[in-house]
Amino acid sequence: MSNTAAGYNSQNGEGKPPCSNGPIQNPVMTQAPGQGYNTAAVTMHPQHMPAKAPLEQPAGQYHYGCYQSAPPASMYQGPGQSAPPVSVYQGPGQSAPPVSVYQGPGQSTPPVSMYQRPGQSAPPVSVYQGPGQSAPPASVYQGPGQSVPPASVYQRPGQSAPPVSMYQGPGQSAPPVSVYQGPGQTNMTRPPSRPLQPHQGGSARIAAPAQSSTPPPVSSNSFYPGSQIPPHSHWPYGTSPPMSQPSVGSPANHVTSAPSQPSGYGIQNSPPQGPPAPLNSSVQPGQPSGYGIQNSPSQGPPAPLNSSVQPGPAPPPFNPPSSQTYQPGRQPFGPPPPLRPAAPPTGQLNNAATPLPPAAAKQEVPGAERAHIHNSFDALESGGRNAAQHPPQMGRAVGLSYPSLPPGYQNMAAPPSAPGMQPRSQPYPAGAQSFQQAPLGPAQLGSALGGMSLHQSQPPEALRAINLLQERNLLPQGPVTPPVPCLPQDLQRLNCSPEVFRCTLTNIPQTQSLLNKAKLPLGLLLHPFRDMSQLPVVTSSTIVRCRSCRTYINPFVTFLDQRRWKCNLCYRVNEVPEEFMYNPVSRSYGEPHKRPEVQNPTIEFIAPSEYMLRPPQPAVYLFVLDVSHNAVETGYLDTVCQSLLDSLSLLPGDTRTKIGFITFDSTVHFYNLQEGLSQPQMLVVSDIEDIFIPTPDSLLVNLSECKELVQDLLKGLPQMFTRTLETQCALGPALQAAFKLLSPTGGRVSVFQTQLPSVGVGALKSREDPNQRASAKDIPHLTPATDFYKKLALDCSGQQIAVDLFLLSGQYCDLASLACISKYSAGGVHYYPSYHHLHNPAQVEQLQRDLKRYISRKIGFESVMRVRCTKGLSIHTFHGNFFVRSTDLLSLPNINPDSGFAVQMSIEENLVDMQVVSFQAALLYTSSKGERRIRVHTLCLPVVNSMADIFAGADVQAITGLLASMAVDRSVTASLSDARDALVNAAIDSLRAYRSGGLSVQQPGLVAPACLRLLPLYVVALLKQKAFRTGTSTRLDERVFAMCQLKYQPLAYLMLMIHPALYRVDNLTDEGAISIADRTIPQPAILQLSVEKLSRDGSFLMDSGSVLYLWVGRNCAPNFITQVLGVPNYTAIPQTMTQLPELDTAESTRTRAFISWLREQRPFYPILHVIREESPLKASFMQHMVEDRTESALSYYEFLLHLQQQVNK
Amino acid sequence: MIIAFDELKTDYKNPIDQCNTLNPLVLPEYLIHVFFCIMFLCATEWLSLGLNMPLLAYHVWRYMSRPVMSGPGLYDPTTIMNADILAFCQKEGWCKLAFYLLSFFYYLYGMIYVLVSS
Repeated sequence: MSNTAAGYNSQNGEGKPPCSNGPIQNPVMTQAPGQGYNTAAVTMHPQHMPAKAPLEQPAGQYHYGCYQSAPPASMYQGPGQSAPPVSVYQGPGQSAPPVSVYQGPGQSTPPVSMYQRPGQSAPPVSVYQGPGQSAPPASVYQGPGQSVPPASVYQRPGQSAPPVSMYQGPGQSAPPVSVYQGPGQTNMTRPPSRPLQPHQGGSARIAAPAQSSTPPPVSSNSFYPGSQIPPHSHWPYGTSPPMSQPSVGSPANHVTSAPSQPSGYGIQNSPPQGPPAPLNSSVQPGQPSGYGIQNSPSQGPPAPLNSSVQPGPAPPPFNPPSSQTYQPGRQPFGPPPPLRPAAPPTGQLNNAATPLPPAAAKQEVPGAERAHIHNSFDALESGGRNAAQHPPQMGRAVGLSYPSLPPGYQNMAAPPSAPGMQPRSQPYPAGAQSFQQAPLGPAQLGSALGGMSLHQSQPPEALRAINLLQERNLLPQGPVTPPVPCLPQDLQRLNCSPEVFRCTLTNIPQTQSLLNKAKLPLGLLLHPFRDMSQLPVVTSSTIVRCRSCRTYINPFVTFLDQRRWKCNLCYRVNEVPEEFMYNPVSRSYGEPHKRPEVQNPTIEFIAPSEYMLRPPQPAVYLFVLDVSHNAVETGYLDTVCQSLLDSLSLLPGDTRTKIGFITFDSTVHFYNLQEGLSQPQMLVVSDIEDIFIPTPDSLLVNLSECKELVQDLLKGLPQMFTRTLETQCALGPALQAAFKLLSPTGGRVSVFQTQLPSVGVGALKSREDPNQRASAKDIPHLTPATDFYKKLALDCSGQQIAVDLFLLSGQYCDLASLACISKYSAGGVHYYPSYHHLHNPAQVEQLQRDLKRYISRKIGFESVMRVRCTKGLSIHTFHGNFFVRSTDLLSLPNINPDSGFAVQMSIEENLVDMQVVSFQAALLYTSSKGERRIRVHTLCLPVVNSMADIFAGADVQAITGLLASMAVDRSVTASLSDARDALVNAAIDSLRAYRSGGLSVQQPGLVAPACLRLLPLYVVALLKQKAFRTGTSTRLDERVFAMCQLKYQPLAYLMLMIHPALYRVDNLTDEGAISIADRTIPQPAILQLSVEKLSRDGSFLMDSGSVLYLWVGRNCAPNFITQVLGVPNYTAIPQTMTQLPELDTAESTRTRAFISWLREQRPFYPILHVIREESPLKASFMQHMVEDRTESALSYYEFLLHLQQQVNK
Repeated sequence: MIIAFDELKTDYKNPIDQCNTLNPLVLPEYLIHVFFCIMFLCATEWLSLGLNMPLLAYHVWRYMSRPVMSGPGLYDPTTIMNADILAFCQKEGWCKLAFYLLSFFYYLYGMIYVLVSS
């Protein structure tokens, strides 16, 4: 365990090795004995044998490697021995039957060799193919204790060895001798062969990065621009020459990498297709302090000039490159002063910038600060612990003046059915004006914030009391919009987008007791890595952060004067660094408050070297595929391999990208894809009790170098196992192998699994009793059966490995246990129940589409996310897929754009004297291009002290999302019925609290504030979710999968899953249609989910997030059937129809435009099912009709009556 | 144990490390307590035994309802950072420390009393 222990090490590195947050810097990772493979070997097989056999062979005989009838005994083959140079690679257990036979060189047998399946011959013999058939002495078998210094060493697991270093210098090539060191072939023991090899390998590796890559200790100096630093400090992770070379070589590169400018500023203000902004050219080489802003979706290399900002992976491929330029006036949250269209002449810029270097050079780094910087991730991403030393001063400074401004909600009397809870028009003219006139100074801020004191002269729209029993039509016409925080317009304009950052209560209660009285959950819903069409990217050598709490500077800090700013989280007064005085957008000096960091609530920094503990890892992908009989039956291999083949070039990455494959049935198969082989080699390890990696360095190969071999393998893989009879499935050992293979680098493991793991570690037993499904009062077995997967996931998390699970199975697979592997390693779970390539074509299409997105979507490696909040608030619980490493830090080996998080908050200290509180989520990750980046989101919310205000700011969707996550937790820790009760109680309590606290005049009936009017509906919908429903027969795996989704889906998709949208589509008109890119998209009204809304003469589209159903009524207008569905009449509609024909009619165009518009709004492609009234899929359509009564569940109206009874009690 | 949880809360010590250090200590603690109880039983110290029985029962219950784990111990690194569980563990630690201290002095008193009176 010391292995993981070292990997995880402590947060605040004082006195501790600085290897905490993930990437471990010291090249020799303290890897425990038993884990490491000495892979200093550069080439294991210097001379590769020509391919032994064609890939596709008649079934039954696997022509991989040679079948050799070698006895399963150990043969010692001394180097000097010349007789048949066959070295036997021996399995771990000396006497155990599973022995892998290593076939040595000089084999005189014909090149066609047979691979025999282990099940057929009594002792499982794995044969694998040796190197260099013609070069006899190429493979030297070495006994224990011996050493050949410059050899490449193959070492058995169980012997300690330094791990692989990815960043091996190119000059490391060893003599072409492969030493296979086995455990004591002669003395039949497993000796601790400590001596020379490992040591040498290790030292060689240490030398390698030191020479080529790692930043020298002085690199912290680069924190301060302009100091005399060796030029390499800017690309300190120059390990990847291909990466940094473009910037170095580019003539116009004046920004970060050229030696002459320690910190050049370049601004890229244009989208990729735009012309290079003139700004770039104005920054001349040799400029002392520079700044790079890239505000474009940078799909490709933005402009030849701007080489400072690497073409970031910011937008995913499916995001159309937006043509928005960085014109602050146009963007929602942009800075007010538009950048000057014509760049000022260079001279001016130089003038402005030249004073910098001396000043910066003078600025001495205090020793303590320097230590802090070096503190690895703690310094990088941690909150300071000395926050308490700085008492809050904001109250004094801010609360000075309260001019009586117009009451907050006065002119908010909106029509009752307005979609927004609060109108977006901001009722703060006075506050806004004063703020705009003088953006600086706390006094002005105070007066501006004064506008937030809400006078309840007139109840706002959000608080309008609604009797739920009487008003039926509660759903807004369009999507439910989140409430807008009641902030001064200026602050609100700068606030984070609700798509990224949402709070359940947009008005934060002042005290915990007030929160308890309101009975509403307080929490945040985050979608931090969301695909953004527009994201300002800043390259700066200095990232301005609060000294004590390490908050990133954000739009909600206050500038006391030109040189000082006050942190909005801990209220410490910080200095403004010299570099920050210069504003690269307006190209003026002395306006720190106009900098992009202070103008954008969401911003991305290119992190300097202090934010790395090791050179950024390359993108590494490993695919682990189930090839047992059951898996082959489903035919998924074809789909997966074909999808991979098609999208191989879309895998995010750079020239360092690595890829590997493992397949498993009852044994684990590796694929040697080493460059130079003419065909992939399969290596079989049948010893699943003690899994090891046969040839550690050739199993994960560089994608660009070995692309053909990878393609060969993908083409051949589906045929290889067509006749397999192996039904066992050793998932646990395969995952262990994947862990061992990836642990030196980290990366992503994609596991495809089709049945219950049955052999090896992690084997599971079926726990589900199908007969109990519907009748059982309480659902057992929601907790994992074994902690093997959880432990492995934690190990993976420590080594920056994420595991994504694709489960394709008709039978019970114990997802509750298997999902742990993804849950704690920040992976994702995808479930395709009853996948079959023939019987279920819709699932096949779904898998294809999902895989396309999965493969091509953006990815961030070795990431951590820290959520900070204003002093007084504290984080209670996190929800999502991650490992919580400290109270506010999540360890996310991978981050993808489709994962969301929820955070439960509590109020620890009273927030008296505070007008606003802020939340900041900082996500530090390595992009697939090998850049370290930090994405920072900041949200600012007002503090209120009355119940009415709390209710006015309630965000019903966020509340539902958080409640769902809490209910999942509850059903796992307690029981499902507990969770259901808790959900109902949440609705009862909040309505009761509103009745007693927020309501001035008592009204009969069930009264809810307008903003919470949907809460009972959503709670009913949750109770009828697959995750929480009872009475109906729900398979355990589907239930667990629904729970996983509730926990980690972003809120926008989650809401559709909970409460699908129903549209009537047979009478689409262009009335109220929106127009996007020359397409007119009709906007039908959202209907209630009740069968009464369906009519036989209509056709309805239900959008449940991951699936679309088009329900066609029996008497549907023939016009629709012929014009849209393309069939003559109702009876001709096929049973399974998943595509709408492309007909050239107005109706068809409209319908397809609407559907494709719906699809574009989400990352994964929802399949469309056309169903008739009597289709078999009708049940899955009808289960979403949550307002109706089922045999076992109340209807919405009955639920309301129940609520009323409880509330009025 | 309390110190450990406090570390976890304030010092941000890594939960995995912490659980790995704590978990092996849980069973010995329980065993020592059981041993004491057996000794009291042998010595027919009914009062002391009665005082210790609730804690013994609590220990048995606590260990029965532990999360699914392969190794010995109580604490799961994935859930320990949950604010409720952390607070509970901390409170439990304080209560037990107080109980052990009080009972130690009581035993000491009993021993001296017996020595003096004999």
